[in-house]
Amino acid sequence: MKKHSKIWVSVIPLYIFTLIFVAGPLIYMIALSFMTRAEVFGVVGEFTLDNYKKIFEPIYLKTFAESLKLAFTSTILIILLGYPYGYFMAKLSSVWKKRMMALLMIPFWTSALIRLYGWIIIFRSNGVLDSVLMGLGITKDPLKLLYTYPAVVVGMVYALLPFMILSVYSSAEKMDWSLVEAARDLGASPMKAFLTVTLKLTLPGLLSGVVLTFVPSMGLFFIADILGGNKVVLVGSIIQEQLTKGRNWPFAAALSVVLMIMTSLIIGIYRKVTNTKDLEGLF
Amino acid sequence: MKNRTKLPNIYLGVILVIMYLPIVLTVFYSFNESKISSIWGGFSLKWYEELMGDRDLKEALRNSLILAALSCSASAVIGTLGAVGMSRIQSKSKGIVEYISTIPIMIPEIILGMVFLAFFSLLGLPFGMTTLVLAHTTFCIPYIFMMVKARLIGMDKSLEEAARDLGASPVRAFFDIVLPLIMPAIASGMLLAFAMSFDDVVISIFVTGPKTNTLPIKIYTKMKTGVTPEINALSTVILVVTVFLLFLSSRIKKKQK
Repeated sequence: MKKHSKIWVSVIPLYIFTLIFVAGPLIYMIALSFMTRAEVFGVVGEFTLDNYKKIFEPIYLKTFAESLKLAFTSTILIILLGYPYGYFMAKLSSVWKKRMMALLMIPFWTSALIRLYGWIIIFRSNGVLDSVLMGLGITKDPLKLLYTYPAVVVGMVYALLPFMILSVYSSAEKMDWSLVEAARDLGASPMKAFLTVTLKLTLPGLLSGVVLTFVPSMGLFFIADILGGNKVVLVGSIIQEQLTKGRNWPFAAALSVVLMIMTSLIIGIYRKVTNTKDLEGLF
Repeated sequence: MKNRTKLPNIYLGVILVIMYLPIVLTVFYSFNESKISSIWGGFSLKWYEELMGDRDLKEALRNSLILAALSCSASAVIGTLGAVGMSRIQSKSKGIVEYISTIPIMIPEIILGMVFLAFFSLLGLPFGMTTLVLAHTTFCIPYIFMMVKARLIGMDKSLEEAARDLGASPVRAFFDIVLPLIMPAIASGMLLAFAMSFDDVVISIFVTGPKTNTLPIKIYTKMKTGVTPEINALSTVILVVTVFLLFLSSRIKKKQK
């Protein structure tokens, strides 16, 4: 293959860019998490474990616990809503599949921030929801749902649901439905056929959906910000606060490292269970 | 029995309505004459007129467009060359570099924002358009890379081989044969990258300077202070641009199949 001997030149930009702007910053983040915060501003290259110890301080530990709780709640709701959606979608005729895919484009690719703004209009006091409920006589007073925990959960589920739907769909779409029929013919109840065949075969999609929703839900600080006011604090909120107001970059780095490790763990589990490299449904 | 078979469709319909409801409301109230949303005061374009008169917003729009154009072009060149090269070389580092290059779209955005902020200040880069373009190019590369890679896998390699056998230089064969064949993938990847850059908030907030605003950053700061019909109008503008780009991107992708 001497013909292609110079082809390596074309990958140089990608190699350089990847090393400098992806690997570089990530390595620096790890290094930073072991450094000391300077008295006034900036960092000192003194090795310390304090940043990690700080995570175990009660207020931060509490935030981590709350963030995890929110991530769990949201992910479970997303599975409950998104799994049937992806599953039903895969059973549609090919014309409708295409139509449904086209309809999912906007929720999937447009910025979550902009899509979430509509929820402010719905939730705020005397907003759309209040007007409808009070108009119908269901409630008497405004519900004041904006800036509450449920509002943040709704926002999270809403922002991340499309990822679960597409992951499950692409798994269910590839599934061999005759296997389910075979199980039914052999006497399995619909429930048993679903649990032993369908669920098993769509597991890669389900897990890929979890990867795409669980970890991001701990980082989406702007959802907690605009729908939760100051009442809901996420790990992402602390990172953002430490970077901008607190100016404690090493601590922000340590928190990011922990989030990164969680991301890698979940992706690792995903790969182990499904034996695949790429996430289902992303492209 | 008929009722049972309809249930899934009803479910799909209901969820779809809920998914679109906030978007529709945002667009709907941007045409509201009244300042108070939830009260319909008649159709009006006044909030859009107000947007047009806002100098800061014009500046932000200009920045957003420049940023998206620069980062999607830079990532198109790097991503395409990379994908083409990667498909032909045998190297141990290939898999690792490919994996690392896709990390930006795998990890939570906030981490990416944080590492860029720290790293750029370590390098002493001036925060503003430079850092924005570098950060956006980094997360746009995977979109182009993956699209082109997928296209190359499905491509008929004999055409290029024929050109080479007939005496074309590798560079000539690339421009005459390979490039036209992968062009749809590049174009659709670029549109996607443009859209992703154009509506990015999280990463931009971290890597921008005090003087450089983009449209999504403007919206975010405005949203935190309250609900105004201008935000509706601004969100609608961004939505329309993004949706138009997505539509074009998927059209091109469909055609190549």
